Amino acid sequence: MVPITTLHYLVVAAALFVLGIIGVLTRRNVVIVLMSVELILNAVNLNLVAFSRIWGLHGQVFAIFVITDAAAEAAVGLGILIAFFRNKETVNVDEVDLLKW
Amino acid sequence: MEPVATTFFFYMLSGLAILSGVLVITRKNPVHSALALILTLLCLAGLYLMLYAPFVAGVQIILYVGGIMVLFLFVIMLVNLERSQREKTFNQQWIAGVAAAVVLGALFMSIYVKGKALFAQPVVPFPEAENTQRVGQMLYSNYMFPFEIASLLLLVAIIGAVVMAKKRI
Repeated sequence: MVPITTLHYLVVAAALFVLGIIGVLTRRNVVIVLMSVELILNAVNLNLVAFSRIWGLHGQVFAIFVITDAAAEAAVGLGILIAFFRNKETVNVDEVDLLKW
Repeated sequence: MEPVATTFFFYMLSGLAILSGVLVITRKNPVHSALALILTLLCLAGLYLMLYAPFVAGVQIILYVGGIMVLFLFVIMLVNLERSQREKTFNQQWIAGVAAAVVLGALFMSIYVKGKALFAQPVVPFPEAENTQRVGQMLYSNYMFPFEIASLLLLVAIIGAVVMAKKRI
């Protein structure tokens, strides 16, 4: 059996990151776009924690900061979504074109 | 403590995480997506435990699974439309999506092939029992200023969410 190295974790994080990118670019529902952003942030967190095994605890501290940011982003993003839904009765990204010239 | 059956648990957890990640971006019903995302986050918490990061794993479960995902489910129930079940799930940008996936995948593959020897051997400098203590010490000494900034960010987010969710804006 091959021992599990840092590189293995990086590959898993890369796969999750690509999945998140595809979700952000192709889905229409804003809620699922926000969930894909959470996937991306989690991939970054996995990278940080995997590197913290080599270079000390700084990666874990940064992962905690990233989780804080994710919480703030989710709260504000979902608030904007509710405000928008009240005005336009839709949650599809390609119908959100109020600012389009 | 030396972990047992590391290889088996690594492949099980990461396979489950990627599989449920695929479910997140393909399910039509947003509630199913949210449940799959919860499974992904729990698998990632298990991976953090295998990486000797018990504090981050606990924060992941309490904050992500217990806090953020409950928020997501609430909002899904607030804005859930019967109409959205019958509409198209994907927008017209699938070409951009495939292109981004191919480019990023090629980048990651080249890093995987070229960077194999770059990473030092992982070390475990202290027992996991001290992990939380050391993270706390680092938060309050090295990262004092970012810590305060993070509290300010949370305050701004609270005010922003309240203002956004008001009746009239």
